[in-house]
Amino acid sequence: MREIRYETIVREVAEMCKAANYELGEDVITAFRKALRAERSETARDVLDQLVRNAELAAELRMPTCQDTGVAVFFAELGADCRVVGGRLQDAICEGVRKGYGEGLLRASMVGHPLKRGNTGDNTPAIIHLELVEGDRLTLHMSAKGGGSENMSALRMLKPADGWEGVKGFVLDTVRKAGPNACPPLVVGIGIGGNFETCAILAKRSLFRPIGERHADPEIAALENELLEEINRLGIGPQGLGGDTTALDVRIEMHPCHIAALPVAVNLNCHASRHRTVVL
Amino acid sequence: MGVVHIRTPLDEETVLSLKAGDRVLLSGTVYAARDAAHKRMSEMIEKGEPLPLPLQGQVIYYVGPSPAAPGHVIGAAGPTTSGRMDKYTPALLALGLKGMIGKGYRDEEVVKAIARHKAVYFAATGGAGALLASRIRKNETIAFEDLGPEAIRKLEVEEFPLIVINDAYGNDYYRQIADSAD
Repeated sequence: MREIRYETIVREVAEMCKAANYELGEDVITAFRKALRAERSETARDVLDQLVRNAELAAELRMPTCQDTGVAVFFAELGADCRVVGGRLQDAICEGVRKGYGEGLLRASMVGHPLKRGNTGDNTPAIIHLELVEGDRLTLHMSAKGGGSENMSALRMLKPADGWEGVKGFVLDTVRKAGPNACPPLVVGIGIGGNFETCAILAKRSLFRPIGERHADPEIAALENELLEEINRLGIGPQGLGGDTTALDVRIEMHPCHIAALPVAVNLNCHASRHRTVVL
Repeated sequence: MGVVHIRTPLDEETVLSLKAGDRVLLSGTVYAARDAAHKRMSEMIEKGEPLPLPLQGQVIYYVGPSPAAPGHVIGAAGPTTSGRMDKYTPALLALGLKGMIGKGYRDEEVVKAIARHKAVYFAATGGAGALLASRIRKNETIAFEDLGPEAIRKLEVEEFPLIVINDAYGNDYYRQIADSAD
């Protein structure tokens, strides 16, 4: 039984929080540059150029690319042959968030009560999804999830008869309604199937895929490409100011579901698509 | 595309000269305020209490910055989504507020109030937190310090790059773009 120390988790989580906020992923920067080359709209190219320069400046100054340093969302894969010693895994993650957001000068963006709205002061609690897996590693996936994109995300319980056309229609409606608000160009995560809560988790989980990586199943990969094309034909463009680049990527995860159900969740991510993974 | 230099406070002549889609570089004082501060101000207005910031001719920037590093004026400071402040905005416009900076669309009531009171709503680039911070010269917390990132701040900005979304004539740049994309 391999042991992973509480302090190790705290330290690694703190570093992930900072890294996710100071440096955009290479896949994101590559996607910006690719979009810049293909964009026909001058305004859109100007916005994309600002985003590239912003990323360079933030990385240079070790400051967040965006002031909304997000809710700290974790998917923790705990191997059956390892255990956390010195404290609870959830506590270690929260302490790591407190440490990273504090010393990293990231913003405290959590309120303790959804109606009374008092800021918790340290960006905790983190939101943690725990999975038990094979092996003796602890893998932590962290997403710094901003409020703007999250607020324009949506879930609907479709009817089986609605089919793929119904799913597409709902996704396009969601992106259309979001317009400029979720900071396009977007990364669109889609969960289809499961139950009311699981399609949402699937959609969130899908946001960790690198931009450009298609689903292993070629049928689903084809659906992803189809949707990406149709979303970009909407012409919403970067920051909703028009253009060919409304989404950088679409990823779909599916799951078995009830004979009466077709749940669909659309979790939008902004252009920053901030996430990190560490294996302990 | 031409760029217009404008200064705060915004006088009527300046406001009326701006049209949806104009690119501007704004300099002068803007007041940072977002969700929690707007809720408090709305309650103060209802009770007839004086507000902790001037409104006549002024500009509010919807921003909750990240903490400033030592030696820096401010942390990352890009715009938050303006629509969440829609509920509180007509009352502020009626009291003389002339400009708002944020990102994302405003609802129909706000677009009409902006035209009725002759004001203007600008968009800054969402997510460009470091770039926009580099145009902020001064940052002073002036009210509601207990709100942390949501406190009201007095900011001095220099050539802040903005796009006019809603002008004093009822136009909406996002709507214009959407219509031409169809």
